[in-house]
Amino acid sequence: MSHSTTVAPPTPAAPPSPPGDTPKRWRLSLARLDIKYSPYLYIAPFFLVFGIFGLYPMLRTLWMSLHDWDMIGDHTFIGLDNYTRLLTDEYFWNALINTFGIFVLSTVPQLLLALFLANLLNRTLLRAKTFFRMAIFIPNVVSVAAVAIVFGMLYQREYGLANWLLGFVGIDQIDWDGQTWSSWTAIASMVNWRWTGYNTLILLAGMQAIPRDLYEAAEIDGAGQWRQFWRITLPLLRPTFIFVVILSTIGGMQLFTEPLLFGNGNIIGGTQRDFQTLAMYMYEMGITNLNSAGYGAAVAWALFMIIGLMSLLNFVLVRRAAK
Amino acid sequence: MSLTTRRSRLAASALAAITAVGGLAACGNDDEPAAGEKPSKLVVETFGEFGYDELVKQYEKDTGIKIELRKTAQLREYRPKLVRYLATGKGAGDVVALEEGILNEFKSNPRNWVDLAPLIDDHSEDYLPWKWELGKAPDGRLMGLPTDVGSLAVCYRKDLFEAAGLPTDRDEVSALWPDWDSFLETGRAYKEGSGGKALIDTIVAVSDAALFQQGDDLFYDKENNIIAETSPAVKASWDTATSMVELSAQIETWSPEWSGGFKQGSFAATFCPSWMLGIVSENSGEENKGKWDVAAVPGGGGNWGGSWLAVPEQSAYHEEAAKLAEFLTNATSQVEAFKAKGPLPTHLEALQDDSFLSYTNEYFSDAPTGKIFGESVSKIEPIHLGPKHQAVKENAFGLALRAFENGQVSEDEAWQQFIKDAQIQGAF
Repeated sequence: MSHSTTVAPPTPAAPPSPPGDTPKRWRLSLARLDIKYSPYLYIAPFFLVFGIFGLYPMLRTLWMSLHDWDMIGDHTFIGLDNYTRLLTDEYFWNALINTFGIFVLSTVPQLLLALFLANLLNRTLLRAKTFFRMAIFIPNVVSVAAVAIVFGMLYQREYGLANWLLGFVGIDQIDWDGQTWSSWTAIASMVNWRWTGYNTLILLAGMQAIPRDLYEAAEIDGAGQWRQFWRITLPLLRPTFIFVVILSTIGGMQLFTEPLLFGNGNIIGGTQRDFQTLAMYMYEMGITNLNSAGYGAAVAWALFMIIGLMSLLNFVLVRRAAK
Repeated sequence: MSLTTRRSRLAASALAAITAVGGLAACGNDDEPAAGEKPSKLVVETFGEFGYDELVKQYEKDTGIKIELRKTAQLREYRPKLVRYLATGKGAGDVVALEEGILNEFKSNPRNWVDLAPLIDDHSEDYLPWKWELGKAPDGRLMGLPTDVGSLAVCYRKDLFEAAGLPTDRDEVSALWPDWDSFLETGRAYKEGSGGKALIDTIVAVSDAALFQQGDDLFYDKENNIIAETSPAVKASWDTATSMVELSAQIETWSPEWSGGFKQGSFAATFCPSWMLGIVSENSGEENKGKWDVAAVPGGGGNWGGSWLAVPEQSAYHEEAAKLAEFLTNATSQVEAFKAKGPLPTHLEALQDDSFLSYTNEYFSDAPTGKIFGESVSKIEPIHLGPKHQAVKENAFGLALRAFENGQVSEDEAWQQFIKDAQIQGAF
């Protein structure tokens, strides 16, 4: 294009472009370029940022996981050895069980409660609706560290509020971080407190998208509140509900700050690894222990694949629900 | 050109651009100056309070080299920073303070650090011998120059001792427990006199104190094999700690219950490295001023923490940085630093210095802390720590002891847990 005018033509036989024609053609090709490539430019910022902070670290982690990787020393390629080690690593499976245990304890009551609250907030006759909707979301705005510290105090053995209250009904002091069940319960309660309101709002939005006339018709036919909920609200809420389940799954699998702070910042998660989650185990291997960074990277990829698997499972469920 | 190939080409070039960015970040650091060139500025990197502010000004005046003091408040934020500097090969100061646990861990990759011995005068006779030896890497290079030591004492509550019918004078209290057996007896007497209260916070602190008094090999032998199961020092420390379980309030050090316990009087005594005095007074508050005092530690001697100054290989000015580290760790500087912020000297001359020995602490009933800690420090036996000493001590030894202390497992089960975890935490 334009280079033919700036560089001397090799042969005089080359046809010189008419002088008045050049800007027009230039503009035309610019317009064509614009149509072709502008969309890429518009979306480029996301992909650039994702590439640098998302894709590159992921691939780098994959590369690390194939090595015996010392953070400040040597890196030796060992193929899939880190992954085979995972299969027989007792503490990895322990962390996996802890993660799922806390996940179940936090997700199930949380979603049931959220469903209940959303249904309450969806009532037409409720007073001060906006106030309640705002109020229920507030726990989610509080920083997770603050939540964990306050809950850590509630669950103290000697001066904790939880044990003080249990004392009234004659239950002995519980060493909350000393056993599996009690530590799981305590951590799950933090997660529940923080995320119930969030899920309530999403479910509420889903409920409001259900056409009103369905309820009116049901009412005329003589269906009560309960029956309306089971026959209309729940079936039509299913897509929203599955979305909420997927979000909770991803969040639950990556649980880190709550259990870490609950154990006074110790990455082991209790004296017996009672509440060490997968994310904590990854951190222990990959970051706390300088010399096993490669193994930590393998844990990270295992975690990634587990989340992927769970999401796939959810996806299949959605498809089946749609049919 | 079909849409799919164009898309994949775009993706490929994006990927190439990304890897190029990553590749750029990985290399670099070839900007070594010509030998003998005088630096315009040196950076000293420390955590907490080393008391170097005035010393650095003096050094600037003497040499004309500008010094920048870079401080990180918390040790737990400091370590990741150092790891990042070393992993990327850039960013570290010219003189870097290394805390005991960090130093031992970094020793397994000594080539990240400059051998100081050829760059400075011979100081091998000047410091506490064990402290000097710990500053050497396995390959023999002198990795760090000794700064301070976390010499050990016992902080105790005079009012609680009095209420339980025990003596309160610091010399009499020290005389109560020349060894650990008599400490146990004292604890029992306190329990009886106070109506069943606990003397100490946790047995993990006892194990820490006792471990350093044993001398010789702890979790590793000299070839750095893990010997947790057979090491007599480890077993002795374990037995001492577990025997104290009846005296313990079962409160983990650094937990919120522990911080609150100072005001509540949950325990009447705790093991105090010199740097712990500030934490005790802060947790106890102004209302308890004068109620605390400092006595000698049972068994004599002890250590908890302490640091070294090292020069990273990535520094552009090895020789000048080494000279600065040498200055900051000499006897006069150590005494000045002690007066400014309280880190205990390790230089033998500094330990004999009058202004150090005559120092008293107002909050702790004017206890002569300089003298008490100075005496404790001179009794420490030379020891060998090994690369992951800190991880084994905290995440295997300490956790197993806590599990036993809390009644979660029997002593035998706790020991088995420790042996197993020591192998995992100690691997390097």
